[in-house]
Amino acid sequence: METLTAGKAHTANAPGTPRKKKRSFWSDLIRQRYLYLMSIPFVIWLFIFNYLPIWGWTMAFQNYKPAKSFGDQEWVGFDQFNRLFHDDQFYLVLRNTLAMSGMGLIAGFIFPILFAVLLNEVKSMPFKRITQTISYLPHFVSWVVVAGIVTSMLSLDGIVNQLLMWLHLADEPIQFMAKGHWFWGIVTSSDIWKETGWNAIIYLAAITGIDKELYEAAKVDGAGRFRQMWNITLPGIRSTIMVLFIMSIGHLLSIGYEKQMLLGNNLVTDYSQVLDLYALNYGIKIAHFSYGTAISMFNSVISVLLLFTANGLFKKFAKESIM
Amino acid sequence: MSSKAFNLTKGERTFNIINYAVLTIIVAVTLYPFLNVLAISLNDSTDTVRGGIYLWPREFTLKNYETIFGYTTLLQGFKISILRTVVGTLLGLLSASMLAFTLSRPDFRSRKFISVFLALTMYFSGGMVPVFILMRDLHLLGTFGVYVLPGIVSAFNVFVIRSFIDGLPYALQESAKLDGANDFQIYYKVILPLCKPVLATIALFLAVGQWNSWFDTYLYNGNKPSLTTLQYELMKILDSTQQGSAMTNANDLANQMAQVSPESIKMAITIVVTVPILVVYPFLQRYFVGGMTLGAVKA
Repeated sequence: METLTAGKAHTANAPGTPRKKKRSFWSDLIRQRYLYLMSIPFVIWLFIFNYLPIWGWTMAFQNYKPAKSFGDQEWVGFDQFNRLFHDDQFYLVLRNTLAMSGMGLIAGFIFPILFAVLLNEVKSMPFKRITQTISYLPHFVSWVVVAGIVTSMLSLDGIVNQLLMWLHLADEPIQFMAKGHWFWGIVTSSDIWKETGWNAIIYLAAITGIDKELYEAAKVDGAGRFRQMWNITLPGIRSTIMVLFIMSIGHLLSIGYEKQMLLGNNLVTDYSQVLDLYALNYGIKIAHFSYGTAISMFNSVISVLLLFTANGLFKKFAKESIM
Repeated sequence: MSSKAFNLTKGERTFNIINYAVLTIIVAVTLYPFLNVLAISLNDSTDTVRGGIYLWPREFTLKNYETIFGYTTLLQGFKISILRTVVGTLLGLLSASMLAFTLSRPDFRSRKFISVFLALTMYFSGGMVPVFILMRDLHLLGTFGVYVLPGIVSAFNVFVIRSFIDGLPYALQESAKLDGANDFQIYYKVILPLCKPVLATIALFLAVGQWNSWFDTYLYNGNKPSLTTLQYELMKILDSTQQGSAMTNANDLANQMAQVSPESIKMAITIVVTVPILVVYPFLQRYFVGGMTLGAVKA
């Protein structure tokens, strides 16, 4: 007991001379050596793999040549960014990124919430449990597999086209994967298929926290199931929805590249290319490292700005929700 | 409860019917692709070309599976995938649990600094190109290390475990301390055994992440057939329009295979790649649902 709380007591008693403070640091270091041994190696690890790449941003202001040492690199100021902001392709890529992340953001909210609310209305436990277990399944499958499945389902003789023909919604099979204007929808739908069940977990947990008596009272007042969903369940998880929504605004630009890369093909690049793929194609494939870094840096900086905005919004919201 | 179930109003009953129908459709849409892939993988590959395989194979055969287990690149990929899953999961568990333990100790002097240092990594990243250059400078290109080393520490996992440890009674640690245990022994003998549920969740997340990743193989090890992974091989085979990695030479074996692989073979590989995870996750469901909620509340 004494040794555990000693650290606090020490700092509290010794706000005095810096020498005293220093000594208590070293004595803490020795006393808590196991805690340091269990954490410092990982801190160094984080520094190498997560912080050092930030140093790599210097490349964006150079004309980086891999063979040269850091001191010998040619510094070009904002030339790379100048080139980037004058590239028509960049705006196309930015449009695609924002479009797909915006669609993903909205769909990623509506569908899991709907699914959670509907599932919550199910009274049969076995049905509920089986439905939920199955709904997680696609989350655990890689994008490689999902892209393969989507491609085969949407192929000319795939099930989707067959259904459309059978329902007379289409006269001839639609070439989904070959037409650019389908691409954003395909990516979003694949995302819905893969993640709806998984993302519903949080909402289901939030719904469990709603007071059951509210439903009883509503029933007495003659509220039907829809009224209960609309007036009790949804308001009950409102704060969860807001928190998650605000947090995901911060990730608008970091939507990844896996699905776009796996589902895209040469025919739809105008719609499938996103910032990360653009950085990959320029920065690594044809070794324009500095230009690629400028793209990556743009992406990271905007993401952080978005996150701060989202965080500010979140704080404001948190304050309001308390009042 | 039971009396209420009997006098459902007409509206209630309609609602129930529609609700069950909608959920059943969702389940069907989720399951159908998997069953379809399974059926095609069990169907004779020349017969598959005729189309019309839905939920059941028309000419049942296990030959597709026999064929793919003859592909040496796939077997190699299988080995590497298993290896990276095991090593990556163990290292990830070790780092996350240790860091979580130290950060949960109110008396740990550097706790604040490390927490912030760790949390910051959730908000920014250097981006693809600087990370690539770093891997090159560290001489990790074309090595197994590139699969497991960069992701050893994950802030999210640390915070999930930490909030679990915060929920344990602190008196346990204090009494162990009184019994003369040092901090490492407390971690190893008191905390770890109690953390089993949350560790199971994190292990699942880590294992799924490792098993499913293909992009690092593509980016860093595309020209190293000895370090290929199952997902990467599947990617090359499924995606015959794309000419493989930029770093591989155009006429490597997998690309040739991609052009000749019939649908049934592709689907058999898909099953082999998918099944290991599908066998595990239902048993861990109880844990990861708790873990997800814990993480979301804290994050």
